[in-house]
This record gives sequence, C-alpha cells and structure tokens, in this order.
Amino acid sequence: MQTTTVKLDRDTVVQVILSALRDVLESQGVEELPALDETTRLIGRSAVLDSMGLVTLIVEVEQRLEADYDLVVVLADDRAMSQTRSPFLSVATLADYVMQLAAEQA
Amino acid sequence: MEGSVVLITGTRKGIGRFLAEHYVRRGAQVVGCSRSEPDWTLERYRHFCVDVTDEAGVRKMMTAIGKEFGRLDVLINNAGIASMNHVLLTPAATAERIFATNMQGVFLLCREAAKLMQRRRYGRIVNISTVAVPLRLEGEALYAASKSAVVTFTQILAREVAAYGITANVVAPTPIETDLIRNVPREKIDAIVERLAIKRLGRFEDVANVIDFFIQPESDYITGQVITLGGVG
Repeated sequence: MQTTTVKLDRDTVVQVILSALRDVLESQGVEELPALDETTRLIGRSAVLDSMGLVTLIVEVEQRLEADYDLVVVLADDRAMSQTRSPFLSVATLADYVMQLAAEQA
Repeated sequence: MEGSVVLITGTRKGIGRFLAEHYVRRGAQVVGCSRSEPDWTLERYRHFCVDVTDEAGVRKMMTAIGKEFGRLDVLINNAGIASMNHVLLTPAATAERIFATNMQGVFLLCREAAKLMQRRRYGRIVNISTVAVPLRLEGEALYAASKSAVVTFTQILAREVAAYGITANVVAPTPIETDLIRNVPREKIDAIVERLAIKRLGRFEDVANVIDFFIQPESDYITGQVITLGGVG
C-alpha cells in the first residue's frame, strides 16, 4: 500500500478541524453555517455544537488525521468536558492539542 | 451475514475459535485477535496478534481493519481471563491482570470499534459476562466483579452510542467446557449446575445463539440488555 506522508503544520490541522466541523454541522441539519475560524468555541454556551456533536467532531478529526496525514493520535482527555481547561474548548485549543500529541510522537 | 465484517477477540481457542468458525460459515469476513498466533487458519479469516490491553496495538488493528475492509459491523469481546481463588489469598497483581483484560480490554475495543462503526451509522457490540455475577459465586470475586463492571459499562455505552446506530448488549454464559474452568473441581461445577433452572453445562452453540440474535439487523431496537443463559437471574 502506498502511503503519502504530508508534513503536518498547525495551519493544516486548523483546516482539517474546520472542514470536519463544517461537515458535522451540515450532517446535523444546520442550514446556515456560522462563520468558522480558530476562535470558534466548541464547548460552552457559545459553542456551535452540542455535546454529541463535539464527540462526533473529535472522532472525525482523529480519522481524517489518520487517513490523510498518517497521524495516529487518540484525542481523549480527562478534561474533555471542562468548560475552562478542556483541550477541546475551541478550534485553536484543539489544533494546539493535536500539534502537542504529534510532537510527542515524533 | 454476507459482506459483514465481524471482529472477535480471543479467537485462538475455545469459544472465540468456535465463534470465528460460526461467522465464517455464515458468510462474514471475520477478524480475530489473540496475544499469540493460532494453530489453525480459515478462509475469510484474518488474524492479528494483539493484546487487548495494549492501546496502541488495538488502535493499529482497527486502522488496518478500516483500510483493508472499509467497515466494521460487529464486535464480539470474547477475550477474558479468570482466576479462582479466595479473596484473602488473591495477589494484587492477579486482580490487576483480571481487570486489565476483562474490563480495560473491553473498553479499548469498544471505543475504537465504535469510531469505525459510526462512519456507517451501524454497529453491533456484544460483550460477555457470566452467571458468576448473579449467582455471587464464592471463589470468583475478582472475576465476577470485573464482569459486573463489563455489564454496567455496556449499559452506559449503549446509551452513548445509540445515536450512531450502534447497539451494545451482553450475554452471560453458564460454565462451558473450556480452558477457563479446566482447573475448577468437578464438584464445584456440579454445584453451579444445580443452581441453574436448566441443569446442564452450557454449550458454545448456546452462546452463539444469543449473539446471533443481538447482532441481526432486526435487533436495532435492543440495546443495553443482558441475556443470562441457563435460566439464571
């Protein structure tokens, strides 16, 4: 099997997350997508997703990183549902978390 | 089951091997795993040497299943270990080992399998408990406690993955003639059989029958349930 290793930088990770987020929102029937960027909140009152949507997003990001970039990470954390310390708080914190796990693997 | 992909843990021998053969006969692509290579092979059967307590190993196997077969329809968490002993004589290391395989292994397999299953919004998970739980069998405190944990875990998992079209259920067998009870004295086994409504040892077919029921597509409204064999409960 041919595998293409693409260098993964933070911008790429952000794009992976945003693209997965768009797909999850669309699959949930959200017709008018909000503006999505690094500051988009994933947890809390201003979050664009409900808690089930967040789980689906995290799984989706994990699978895309593996399928498209050969990066195998488990995006699990005890602080997952914390409104202050979760690595899944926003697109930016999630991207940082992915980069941190990728660096630990390297 | 034609075209379905079925993953069974602990397939090297005993009931795991029986289930692998059973689902291959029914037309499924079966994937199995155990810590060491089995001494048998089968058409439409793919084996992975994986310890179910090894997170990275489990993840790797699931990636390979996704790449090779593109889907996972059924997970049967059969791998399990037992240890018969009085609580006061049970080493801490044994307790750790039992919980690692019987509970943590089930958790890891369920977590990674559900990620694969949710892609197609379909999945069937079957976990294995034991009559030692409802019968409160003396000498099996750690084993039964780990299986009790599997029941609670499965019931909550069932609620958490329902939205993905995945069901999770439990079958709780009576003693069956396998390696697991090889070292249990005959009179102990006879005493357990005496406490069943139907007074005989279980058979592999009895377990397969319940699993067949849980995993058929028509069972999509059945989740978080425990079926105990032998009329116990």
